[in-house]
Amino acid sequence: MTTVQERLRSYGPGALVALVVIVLALLYPQYVESLGDLPLIGDFIPALSSMVIMIVFTMMAVGLNIVVGYAGLLDLGYVAFYAAGAYTSAWFASQQFDQWTFHFGSVGISKELPGIHLSIWLVLLIAGIFTALAGILIGLPTLRLRGDYLAIVTLGFGEIIPQVVRNGDNVFGFDLTHGTFGISPIDSPGFGSVGETLGLPLNYQQSFEREQWFYWTALALLLLTVFCSIRLRDSRLGRAWVAIREDETAAAAMGVPLMRTKTWSYAIGAFFGGVAGAFYASFKSGAFPADFYFNISVFLLCMVILGGMGSIWGVIVGGMILGYLNVEGLATLGSELQQGGIDFDPTKYQFGFYGVIIVLMMLFRPEGLIPERRHKREFELGVADTPLDDVTHEGADTDREPKND
Amino acid sequence: MTDLLVVENLRKEFGGLIAMNDIDFRIPTGSIVSLIGPNGAGKTTFFNMLTGVYKPTSGRIEFDGTDIGDKPPHAITELGVGRTFQNIRLFQHMTSLENVLVGMHCRLKGGIFGPIFGLPRVRREEREAESRAKELLRYSGLRGRDNEMARNLPYGDQRRLEVARALATGPKLLLLDEPTAGMNPQETAAFTEFVRRLRDERELTVLLIEHDMKVVMGISDRVTVLDYGEKIAEGPPKEIQRDERVIEAYLGKGATTHG
Repeated sequence: MTTVQERLRSYGPGALVALVVIVLALLYPQYVESLGDLPLIGDFIPALSSMVIMIVFTMMAVGLNIVVGYAGLLDLGYVAFYAAGAYTSAWFASQQFDQWTFHFGSVGISKELPGIHLSIWLVLLIAGIFTALAGILIGLPTLRLRGDYLAIVTLGFGEIIPQVVRNGDNVFGFDLTHGTFGISPIDSPGFGSVGETLGLPLNYQQSFEREQWFYWTALALLLLTVFCSIRLRDSRLGRAWVAIREDETAAAAMGVPLMRTKTWSYAIGAFFGGVAGAFYASFKSGAFPADFYFNISVFLLCMVILGGMGSIWGVIVGGMILGYLNVEGLATLGSELQQGGIDFDPTKYQFGFYGVIIVLMMLFRPEGLIPERRHKREFELGVADTPLDDVTHEGADTDREPKND
Repeated sequence: MTDLLVVENLRKEFGGLIAMNDIDFRIPTGSIVSLIGPNGAGKTTFFNMLTGVYKPTSGRIEFDGTDIGDKPPHAITELGVGRTFQNIRLFQHMTSLENVLVGMHCRLKGGIFGPIFGLPRVRREEREAESRAKELLRYSGLRGRDNEMARNLPYGDQRRLEVARALATGPKLLLLDEPTAGMNPQETAAFTEFVRRLRDERELTVLLIEHDMKVVMGISDRVTVLDYGEKIAEGPPKEIQRDERVIEAYLGKGATTHG
């Protein structure tokens, strides 16, 4: 049994940095305005509502990292999970299904309001589970594939889901997704009248400190994701993921069930994508098919690559940087340039910038900003995950080739 | 003595090529059996069928009373077949300890929620697994190498680590694919002794593919000779050494007659 002291030492200075960052993040709403008043950099300080979006996307990136970083499965369709989560929110906390009226734990809205209205906290959980199930369904047929082939199939699924959503306004006469109009408004989280007596907001959207509460909730969800992610990384399952990433054939021979283990990584990654999507839909009070383009998948993947595949802290940094540029940074830069008399709008070249960032990263720091120790070496030295030579060429018994005679 | 492994009429075709032609084969429990043959005789193909990497074209493989012919690799490992690879296939960027821990995968229970909530049951299991893994590393002669990256180990130690990892799967039958390839005579001698100890101390049954005749003749209870997917001889080492077909196959004369 390790003592507390030993454990603290094993965490190293990283733990201290993490603690400071968490405290600073928690207090952000307190000092964001004074930061905004600073000369020069003041304009570049992200507003609270921008922070919410950045954190939500970072949370998805951390979820994606379980699939791509840990298990080494290139998933180009993660946006599907985001969509599934957002629409779960829309189904269970809006007036979409107004043929029924069902309320359970809804806050700040009339109990007569038609539609299904569950408590958002419950909806987040349902969204996670629903999306994880979707992940398993998508995973079962696709995860038998290796490398590039898997990427192509996930790309397909990432395209299929938004199309389903877009055309889901008439599923055998049933309006499932309200088509291109999307579903809006979506209920807001809150703690109801019970929470109000404790000083918590009854309903976030109706609260005067709306953004602050959304921010803290987003932060809590991100921390939860990070916590689960770390725990899983250091578990039996986490080891099996790395083993599969390193050498599938050997992993199977050591008793790691490939399909099940890969599917778990997919499902768990999907779970967090779903929760993030559901929360985000509630935050902006709507789910629209136009939100779920392929771009998002690539964008999330960029976050993972920029930060360092498999490295949780790296992915958080990568996610926050790219999230910032996307939500606010480039626009701010554009207006600053405009004021300086330069007519250049960087938001128009958004994905161009990300592309350049990725190319530069690949050239100069392929292991990411904060590399995971193992991945760093893999990039430097390469992995040996080739199929058994005699398995790839069924038909040619390579065993017959003279090797050492 | 009962047979731990029974193979009947095992056949494998790759397209038109018959890599394994209706082989019958048995391994008595607690014995060390060697499989020899010139390059391309089908030894590794045979191993790959025993471990589920290949599906046999026809025939039956029965391990410890269970038909394993169409089981996936991990299920066969779980039943108690551990293996090493001809070209070392360690998880190179994992430490020795982690490699062995992965080997224990099917003997551990930790799922998803256990580790997340840090349940005492899972913590205890991890602790015990770790100490067992360390013990296995010591047993395999890798003392003090626990936290060394697998790829940084010297060649001989990598071979030993592969065996340690295979032992971690809790096998009854251990398949070693050319374990002494590339070792110097001292290392080979030590390794041979190690295999004998595995059988005697751990009550393992061992199937060995080996080119080094000194090793084969030294520790085998029985030797089976394959050539072009056919079993051409089988018996105690002494008899095999005198068998004419075996000598022919090894001197290369067989290649001309087989076309």
